[in-house]
Amino acid sequence: MDTKETVLNILQELTGEDLHDKMDEDIFATALLDSMDTVQMVLELEEQLGVQIPVSEFDRDQWSTASKITAQVEALQ
Amino acid sequence: MPSMQPYANPRYFVILIAALLPVIIGLLRGRRHRNYESFVALIFIIAMFGGDKWQQGVALIAYVIWQLLLVVCYGKYRQTKNAGPIYYTVLLASIAPLAIVKLTPVFSPQPSLIGFLGISYLTFKSVQTVMELRDGTIKQIDPLFFLRFLLFLPTISSGPIDRYRRFAKDYNGVPKQDEYLEMLRKGVRYLFQGFAYKFIIGYVFGTLMLPRVAHMALMQRSAMGGTGISWALVAYMYVYSMYLFFDFAGYSLFALSISQFCGINTPVNFNQPFKAKNIKDFWNRWHMSLSFWFRDFVFMRVTFMIMKKRWFKNRVRVSQLAYLINFLVMGFWHGVTWYYIVYGLFHAGAIIINDYWLRYKKGKSLPSNRWTGALAIFVTFNVVCFSFLIFSGFLNTLWFTHAIR
Repeated sequence: MDTKETVLNILQELTGEDLHDKMDEDIFATALLDSMDTVQMVLELEEQLGVQIPVSEFDRDQWSTASKITAQVEALQ
Repeated sequence: MPSMQPYANPRYFVILIAALLPVIIGLLRGRRHRNYESFVALIFIIAMFGGDKWQQGVALIAYVIWQLLLVVCYGKYRQTKNAGPIYYTVLLASIAPLAIVKLTPVFSPQPSLIGFLGISYLTFKSVQTVMELRDGTIKQIDPLFFLRFLLFLPTISSGPIDRYRRFAKDYNGVPKQDEYLEMLRKGVRYLFQGFAYKFIIGYVFGTLMLPRVAHMALMQRSAMGGTGISWALVAYMYVYSMYLFFDFAGYSLFALSISQFCGINTPVNFNQPFKAKNIKDFWNRWHMSLSFWFRDFVFMRVTFMIMKKRWFKNRVRVSQLAYLINFLVMGFWHGVTWYYIVYGLFHAGAIIINDYWLRYKKGKSLPSNRWTGALAIFVTFNVVCFSFLIFSGFLNTLWFTHAIR
């Protein structure tokens, strides 16, 4: 499974929504993700994709949509 | 020489903006006069601690040297090594001056000698820098830049709290001319909105009304079986809440305005907090630079650690514990008195209840319309005002002191 699918899976588990068609929807602005979900998302990304994401790297603007998250993770891999 | 407090009166604005004119003209012509701006900042900081406040000035200098040493040495260390104990020692050392200042009143009638106006806000910046050095998101510390970040004049005494990397992005660049013209326009609007908030509305609530309702409430301190609960106390709660908002939001607008003139997009502090639909929403609108700081550097870190180490399985318990720690720390940060700590606990409780409600509501088709929305705002507003009554310390005066002010 590629990075994009894994990210979408993690997001679907957390938000209950399939974001395949909404790769550019802002998940913070639409309140799909709160701080707790965010932490869980970071942990899942670390576990499933083997990347290290510092909590303070968490500039929300750069992690705000499914496609941005995928790009960030790929850059860290 | 008497001291000159930031944004205290119209004269301060005239002098400050006149002193910043070369900076403004420079930015209009695409240049940032960093050294001149720092020189102005230095003069105004000296003026803040003139006259009988010179001791605070000395404390500020000592504080700044201490924090500078910590971040520079830790930054050097962090380039090659990354041991946990060293990090926690540096972190504690960075918090120590503020902790001492906050704890001193508990043990002594004299305020701490190492305290000064603005220490709380400077500490947020230093601590954040240490944490980001640990994370590796700040790679190198330029000592001069760190000083400019720490002592950025518009926000020095009471925020809003900026972030190192965000500030660096603005400060190391120069806005384009049309961008800067827009910033000036915003700066002027913030300035006049600030005048209306702090010097007119805040004055009416804080200076004209508050002492009267306080007096009335104190006259009825034996009401309701000695609890002092009276209509006057209810009035005090609302008047104080309005005063707190307009005074602080007005102050924050001044800081934003002067930041804009300096070509820096300092983050906003308030976004119509009394329109919040629940307590979570409220903390996304009230004193935002503080609550976001706590969210990113306390709440998220605590939850991250607990979940990574799997201390609790249940996600709900993790968030509840993290909320409790988060708001308790915030309470202590305001000061070590029972009412600040109760204020913190109250908000932790409110947000935990809020979470229960949100979870209960999820997936149910409860009515949601204009009226339920209005009800939500009404309930939230009153819960918040009650928390401000606790925060005001007036209950302490009402219940535990006997002199009538």
